[in-house]
Amino acid sequence: MPDIDVCALDDIDEEDVLRFDHADKTYVLIRMYGDEVYCTDGLCTHEQVHLCDGLVMDHVIECPKHNGRFDVRTGKALAAPVYDHLKTYPAKVENGRVIVTLD
Amino acid sequence: MSFLSLITIKGGRDYSLTGSETAQAEQNGLANAEWYKTPIDRKTLKALMKRSDGPALRNIGLWLALLAVTAAGAIVFWGTWWTVPFLLVYGVLYGTGSDSRWHECGHGTAFRSRWMNSLIYELASFMMVRNSVVWRWSHTRHHTDTIIVGKDPEISSMRPPQMIVMALNVFGIVALPQSLFALARQASVGLSADERQYVPEPEQARAIWTARAHILIYAGTLAWAVMSASLLPLLLIGLPRAYGIWLLLLMGLPQHAGLDEDVLDHRLNSRTVIMNPVLRFIYMNMNYHIEHHMFPMVPFYALPTLHEAVKHDLPPPSPSLFAAWKDIIPAFFRQLKDPHYFIKQTLPPGAGAPLLSPPTVPPSDHGDPAHAGH
Repeated sequence: MPDIDVCALDDIDEEDVLRFDHADKTYVLIRMYGDEVYCTDGLCTHEQVHLCDGLVMDHVIECPKHNGRFDVRTGKALAAPVYDHLKTYPAKVENGRVIVTLD
Repeated sequence: MSFLSLITIKGGRDYSLTGSETAQAEQNGLANAEWYKTPIDRKTLKALMKRSDGPALRNIGLWLALLAVTAAGAIVFWGTWWTVPFLLVYGVLYGTGSDSRWHECGHGTAFRSRWMNSLIYELASFMMVRNSVVWRWSHTRHHTDTIIVGKDPEISSMRPPQMIVMALNVFGIVALPQSLFALARQASVGLSADERQYVPEPEQARAIWTARAHILIYAGTLAWAVMSASLLPLLLIGLPRAYGIWLLLLMGLPQHAGLDEDVLDHRLNSRTVIMNPVLRFIYMNMNYHIEHHMFPMVPFYALPTLHEAVKHDLPPPSPSLFAAWKDIIPAFFRQLKDPHYFIKQTLPPGAGAPLLSPPTVPPSDHGDPAHAGH
């Protein structure tokens, strides 16, 4: 379970998303407000579209292609066209850096 | 032999979702592929995607108010010629205006509030005689595989163009019976082979029950008309989908008509048309069609701003509906003789290279001067 130092908190705007890749996998970091950050898989479970171009609003990330919505806190798929949940990973802010624990 | 087969012009490609073209598209890497996108700064895009209830409340509120006023006028003046102008306006608001509300709310971008999108989506689906479940998935597929033959269930301008069907559909003569038949089939027999290709298994039962609910309302309207010995109930519910659809054809067909197929670049298979504010109100800015396909998360009210942000990379828009049809009609006639012909969109100097096929697959006959006009 390696801890990954992904970026500075200030690299992500509030209510925004940032893509990062690690060990041949793609992930997204989502920042809500202040130092509230979340990390999930980076591809939509519907058609494998990158979520980093999507919209973050009210703890929900929407896929940019078909508006599939996921709760960023739990990865739960909220409505069609997504059914499969998104995998989430622990994320925290330490000394202004975003640290993520990956599998 | 069905009536439709009598008026269909033969000799084209197989546009079904279960034929040989489907496998061909998948083999060529055209299904669920990466599409060209104009590079746009994330902050700009984020600002454009921002949701708000206000614009849609005003737009859809006005649309509903106009529907109510024109329906009331038609009822009050029923039995006199004064009912006609009210019905003509009501028909367009219903038969054309509900398509764009269906579309925007289906994307979930019209309102910020999800429940408002859902409510208007269900209402507009019913008005368009569309099964709200089936059409949600059909439109999802249309955005995944836009004008990819064998994959996209919403290709309305096939090659050769179905000119007789299009002409009859100016008054919904083919489209309305087809839509009602589809609802009746879904309600009784179930989904077709094509529909089962894109409606996921867990949604299929809901699609059937939705069709049953719609059929029940239409049956109730018919009974009301028979019992009151009046055509008015049907002129207000159902038939506007026929007599008010002419403007939807005029505005909607140019979205993709006459343009390329089987490419991964919306700049080549879609068209943006400049329209006046009245048409843009009815159409909810869907005239900015390349922009919509490239960035479907951008709500209707931000599309004019998006157009300004990306137009340097897009083919010049048709300056008017008249200009768009002036391009399309000769292309249709040419496609009757040569189904390979299409209007080749011209990209401005400095625009990103067109994406004709996935990087590993060589392009087919796209760009062949023998098959490309304009």
